[in-house]
Amino acid sequence: MSTEVKNQEKEALFSKKNRRLFVDPFNENNPITVQVLGICSALAITVKLKPALVMGLSVMVVTAAANVITSLMRNLIPNRIRIIVQLVVVAALVILVDQVLKAFVYDISKQLSVFVGLIITNCIIMGRIEAFSLGNTPWKSFLDGVGNGAAYGMILIIVAFFRELLGSGTLFDYPVLEALGVYELGYKNNGMMLLPPMALIVVALIIWVQRSKTPSLIEKE
Amino acid sequence: MNVNSNSYTYGFAIALVVLVAAALSIAATSLKPMQDANVALEKKSDILSSIGLTSEDPAALYAEVITEQLVLKNGQVVEGASPDAVDMAVSVASAEAEREAPLYVAQSEGKTYYIIPVRGKGLWGPIWGYISLNEDGKSVFGATFGHKSETPGLGAEITTEFFTGQFPGKVVYSDAYTGIEVRKGDASGDQQVDGISGGTITSVGVQAMLENCLKPYQAYLQSRGAVTAPAAAPADTTQTVAVL
Repeated sequence: MSTEVKNQEKEALFSKKNRRLFVDPFNENNPITVQVLGICSALAITVKLKPALVMGLSVMVVTAAANVITSLMRNLIPNRIRIIVQLVVVAALVILVDQVLKAFVYDISKQLSVFVGLIITNCIIMGRIEAFSLGNTPWKSFLDGVGNGAAYGMILIIVAFFRELLGSGTLFDYPVLEALGVYELGYKNNGMMLLPPMALIVVALIIWVQRSKTPSLIEKE
Repeated sequence: MNVNSNSYTYGFAIALVVLVAAALSIAATSLKPMQDANVALEKKSDILSSIGLTSEDPAALYAEVITEQLVLKNGQVVEGASPDAVDMAVSVASAEAEREAPLYVAQSEGKTYYIIPVRGKGLWGPIWGYISLNEDGKSVFGATFGHKSETPGLGAEITTEFFTGQFPGKVVYSDAYTGIEVRKGDASGDQQVDGISGGTITSVGVQAMLENCLKPYQAYLQSRGAVTAPAAAPADTTQTVAVL
């Protein structure tokens, strides 16, 4: 452990290795499309862009903070109760996020309703703590947390973009299609886009595109 | 130090929990005023939407439109009482004679509306809403409903336009409370609305909530509606007294 710490002190803050920690989750190691974690909330809150954005930010804050806190404590946590400790840390952070949302963006917190509380059960967070932050320094854990949270948010926003545009004809509640005059051409909003199954299908399409574009993800026969 | 010894494990767990508890209490206490303000604002916005008004700034519109905020007890106005101080959960559970019943009176575009907060039980938790009555104090102008945890797609549909849109024009009082029946199938009558398929318990809950909450206002609204309605002739006054 001590040699590892010394090595890292020499390492630059944004060394190539550290940057990979942040960038990897966006593509080759995406929590949703590659690891297929956190799908439940991705289906539930992507009807509109605004809640998706807030949810993405909330998860990013929680993953980053939970990673840093557990990483700081990693040599102090008794191994036998480490999962409980992780849960307590994550639960406390989620309650904080919930309270802050209720105080500052009340209407969105109502739309997100139970899903804020369910951030606790988002496998991405526990997964990153268990797999990464318990064995790495706070700075690396922070990058890893922000990267994974942001990558999760990115997928949420992509899905929400298509669902809101095609389902409600708006973007961030601004009536884009009406402004473009698409309705006069006979277009109608697709109500199906607002239903959960379409979120699954959009996620699947993203996975399809991503896999065909990324050589390392193509499975060899 | 052995981080895996029993005493260390206990000590660590206790210290962590105490720290987390302290942090959360501080956060909850310091954010409480802002959260309460949000809830109060939402209430104003709900009250306004029951008479068909929406605004970017509900507080300002509320101050302009709502002219009286009353608390009734046994059909009489309680002097100096504020409806915002009434806990609806307690109020609706108490006997009709002892109940503190909040009433909001709104003036909008020359018309008077009476707005009655209602609260009752759905399937999984509380349901609530605001019923606004026309000047006559008998027929419904509009309704909004809210719920804590009704089933999405079933009971939760009481908040939708399909359900609330049926209320305008229904008559809740004649000489006594006539009731609104939330029923299955045809609901064209003056006292009927179409319930939610698959949300029967919530629908029945709405009916019971309306009955329980609207009854105590009957006497007051009848007297007042008859007095303030522009068409009311002096003869009406005697009639009202007879009703009372």
